[in-house]
Amino acid sequence: MNKYNGRGLLETIDWKLVICYLVLIIIGWVNIYASIHSSEPSSIFDPSCRSGKQFIWMTVSLGLAALVLFALNPRIYESLSVPIYLATLCLLVAVIFLGTEVKGSKSWFVFGPVSFQPAEISKIATSLMLATVMSQSGYRLSRARDFLITAAIILIPMAIIVAQSETGSALVYVGFVFMLYREGLSGWILFMIGMAITLFITTLTVSSYASVMILAVVITICNALFSGKFRQWLKIYLPAFILLGALPFLHDWLAGMTDNPGAFILKIQPLHILGGVAAVLLPVFAMRAFRSGKSFLWLSIGAFIVGVAFVFSVDFLFHDVLQEHQRKRIEVLLGLKDDPTGVGYNVNQSMIAIGSGGLTGKGFLKGTQTAYGFVPEQSTDFIFCTIGEEWGFLGTASVIILFVFLIWKIILDAEHCREAFTRIYGYCVASCIFMHLFINIGMTIGIMPVIGIPLPFISYGGSSLVTFTVMLFIFIALVKNEKKYF
Amino acid sequence: MKIDRRNKILAGLTIAASILIVRLFIIQIVDDSYKTDASNNSMVHAVIYPTRGIIYDRNGRILVGNKVAYDMLVTPKEVEEFDTLELASILEVTPDFIREKMNGYYRDRRKIGYRSVVMLSHLPPEIFMKFAEVSYKFPGFRGQARNIRDYPYDAGGNLLGYISEVSADDIKRHPDIYKPGDYIGKTGIEATCEDYLRGEKGYNIYLRNSRNRIETRYKDGEMDKEAIPGNDIVTTIDAELQHYGQELMRNKVGSLVAIEPSTGEILTLVSSPGINVDMLADIGKHYGEIASDPYKPMFNRAVQSSYPPGSVFKLVNGLIGLQEGLVTPDTEYPCRMGYHFGRSKLGCHAHRSPINLEESIMMSCNAYYCYVFRDILESGKHGSVAESMDVWNRYVQSFGFGRKLGSDFPAELGGFIPDSRYYDSVYGKGAWKATTVISLSIGQGEIGCTPLHLANLCATMANRGFYYIPHIIRGTDKVHIDPKYYERQYTMVDTSHFPVMVEGMYRAVNSGYGSGGTATIAAVKGLDICGKTGTAQNPRGDDNSVFICFAPKDNPKIAVAAYVEHGSFGARWAAPIASLLVEKYLAGEIGDDRKALETRVLEGNLMDKVKP
Repeated sequence: MNKYNGRGLLETIDWKLVICYLVLIIIGWVNIYASIHSSEPSSIFDPSCRSGKQFIWMTVSLGLAALVLFALNPRIYESLSVPIYLATLCLLVAVIFLGTEVKGSKSWFVFGPVSFQPAEISKIATSLMLATVMSQSGYRLSRARDFLITAAIILIPMAIIVAQSETGSALVYVGFVFMLYREGLSGWILFMIGMAITLFITTLTVSSYASVMILAVVITICNALFSGKFRQWLKIYLPAFILLGALPFLHDWLAGMTDNPGAFILKIQPLHILGGVAAVLLPVFAMRAFRSGKSFLWLSIGAFIVGVAFVFSVDFLFHDVLQEHQRKRIEVLLGLKDDPTGVGYNVNQSMIAIGSGGLTGKGFLKGTQTAYGFVPEQSTDFIFCTIGEEWGFLGTASVIILFVFLIWKIILDAEHCREAFTRIYGYCVASCIFMHLFINIGMTIGIMPVIGIPLPFISYGGSSLVTFTVMLFIFIALVKNEKKYF
Repeated sequence: MKIDRRNKILAGLTIAASILIVRLFIIQIVDDSYKTDASNNSMVHAVIYPTRGIIYDRNGRILVGNKVAYDMLVTPKEVEEFDTLELASILEVTPDFIREKMNGYYRDRRKIGYRSVVMLSHLPPEIFMKFAEVSYKFPGFRGQARNIRDYPYDAGGNLLGYISEVSADDIKRHPDIYKPGDYIGKTGIEATCEDYLRGEKGYNIYLRNSRNRIETRYKDGEMDKEAIPGNDIVTTIDAELQHYGQELMRNKVGSLVAIEPSTGEILTLVSSPGINVDMLADIGKHYGEIASDPYKPMFNRAVQSSYPPGSVFKLVNGLIGLQEGLVTPDTEYPCRMGYHFGRSKLGCHAHRSPINLEESIMMSCNAYYCYVFRDILESGKHGSVAESMDVWNRYVQSFGFGRKLGSDFPAELGGFIPDSRYYDSVYGKGAWKATTVISLSIGQGEIGCTPLHLANLCATMANRGFYYIPHIIRGTDKVHIDPKYYERQYTMVDTSHFPVMVEGMYRAVNSGYGSGGTATIAAVKGLDICGKTGTAQNPRGDDNSVFICFAPKDNPKIAVAAYVEHGSFGARWAAPIASLLVEKYLAGEIGDDRKALETRVLEGNLMDKVKP
């Protein structure tokens, strides 16, 4: 048994996290009020408007936080994680059949004035489950069986959420790879996942030509770094890639120059040239690999072929196999086409709003872009626009720094813990908050596709606020428990 | 610092955050294209209003279209001195009106700021063009084109409904859709199909210079958004028939409903007196007049008024009797000027006796249905009278009575069919018997139903045992209607029992004068109309005249219910009206032999019988 070491609440609770949390929810509340202010000017506490409702949710969240911190024994999470996880899976499936349809996806339970989204709770349940499974003695991520179990814990809720057409929420689960990386997942797997996502998105948004180029550049760089010939890469490969990269533009330029659209020169697509180069070079590389016997080179050739196959199958599946409406659905989900108002309408509006804030912003309640309703979902997913417009760069940077501080502190606390359970759970919390942060803000400033997920602690909405509060405070309670006994 | 995985992750976090912050730095500070200049008003969003969807009738005729009108906008900050008298004469208002408005704007100048406000709305193009020629004399005034509703055909004022400016409540309910000054469908189809008809607003973004004059398009219109026009709605109404129905019902209070039995589509739905379409276009001006009209023209009697059905209801009781095995087509009952029970009597008119089921419909015998109804309640098949009453209630409800049919009229009334609980509460438990409620047998007493219910009964008769839920919106590729409208609704009475009642209805109309048939006036050569009259007591004066009919007898095309308040016998007003409507629909025009009848109906005026 652990011995109580006599430290009080002041020392055991990580007050920096708590204060950081409080500041964030108050920032959220004030900005929700600002975002609805022009259409329904009323008191910030008025329970019929969104800021008033958010205030109620904040009170509820603080109550739950106190409950988690003081009333519940942190030991229960480990023992209850399996039933919680299974119950959440049931809820996730049930909502597909029993839920109410909101904006085209069936992911909400509505009880009178209160509605909640099981997908939110499942983040906590999955994190607890992961922490429980991965902290078992004898667990090794490198063992196939353990790895598969872990993958299943993450992928099952993810798949169900995709079935609810909430692809955005499902994407958050990708963040768990950071935790897995910390727990010993091979960096190459992380790298490959990142590569696959990049290739997938470039293929759909730009072209398969660009994807293959990226693939080739990355693989040759890896090879050069591995064999210490980076200088040689810069001298030989870089100019070659620049030349190949310019081909499509050259092609377009040529097309503009000649009057004859059937000219022979135009029939040679850039992709043909690229294919030709690859067809010549691949055997050369294979020969070299055979002579030198370097397995890494073989691996690179293999990876290149697999990568090209991946790119063209994505391209083929997307453009030739899928029906028009399915294609459109994916494009909308990825934010490639934001029908029906045309590509990137939301993003443009949100960037105008944020950009118009300048350095110091227009001031509290002075925003015009967000206030006139040109930014959609301004109190939920696009709340960052209000911050950007009314508080300027200083405001947006402060919010991001606050979040970074929060995540940083969670990671440090997690690292200081002796119990694997707390550490793994802490990394899960940090991953979730980070994914939400990056996707949400990235979306409002046009570096991520439009994926409707809330900004933690700040966006309007009870489900999200309560979930993130409980999630964070479970971690604080776990840390407190450790400090008390070790 | 050692390079372990924790630090790699922290480094990754820092890099990701830096990407966000650098990007924010670029769009908020470096890149000017996302910025508006020093004054916060430099971007002006000029809203483009979408055209509202068009409402068509079943034959593609436009019932509600759009036309252009102009709103006179004033930007008080930009107004310079101008000739009030000239402006007043151009806009056809009094100079005082303009002075008053300008003073009002001056008082509210802080609130208005640089915004524009609407001074006059719905200016016809002629007036606006006169203004446009001299608009240079009036800086700060400009016109904004706006689509308003246009009604090319006087049909279905009550059905179509009107649009008007959104209320504060509407805005509160849908803050992301409506802004002050937007228009919203308030009643009728305009309201029920609002989501389809509305379309989506767009806007052009302009830049103002430092003197608050609009200078150029922002980013050459790249960020502008086009308005998306609303979807068109196709109704099931036949405009021509609706118009004719309104003519027939002119100067009478009541309803006329026609349904296509094979689909449940409502061909005509007249509530008289109703709203003229000319009033709809500019409802604001006429609202007071309409609201204070004692005959309540806004009130859609056809779906919102609850009446006793009268003898028409005998069809239902007869069918229940057949299904329960209590009568057969050959069952004969005597009638001695009514039905005698104890010391009381429920009267009937003179006709031959005894008669069988078919003739009971043809001659509308009251006594016959007293026997049938008493049998239903007292047969003991379902236990006590009270239990039998509830069985009867369920039968009647299966015809759609006593509940909302589920049509696409949101304000549809359910009506009332009594059950044992109701009579227990009125008379005390067990303190009533079959004879207490005997008037239910002939559709009197505590029964309430809407004219739509009656038309639906008629459609059920026409289909020999089932109906489609009546509706006025037709499904198209863009407009989806509930699949329930495509499903047959069967009653609890077997379809095999319907033909004999239909035969009775046929003979009621087509037996020739003097045969005892109650609705011979509705006969039209070659159309094989089947009908049933009703005369429902109205405590406020003369009886109500009721008639339902469908035609042709085989493969019916139209089922009609006419209900005329204080129209006395069913055959007096309701039967001629309904049969004329049928004739118009099936034959295209009224035959010469019935021209006199048509004239009598068109000129008939029952308004003085109605005490509003």
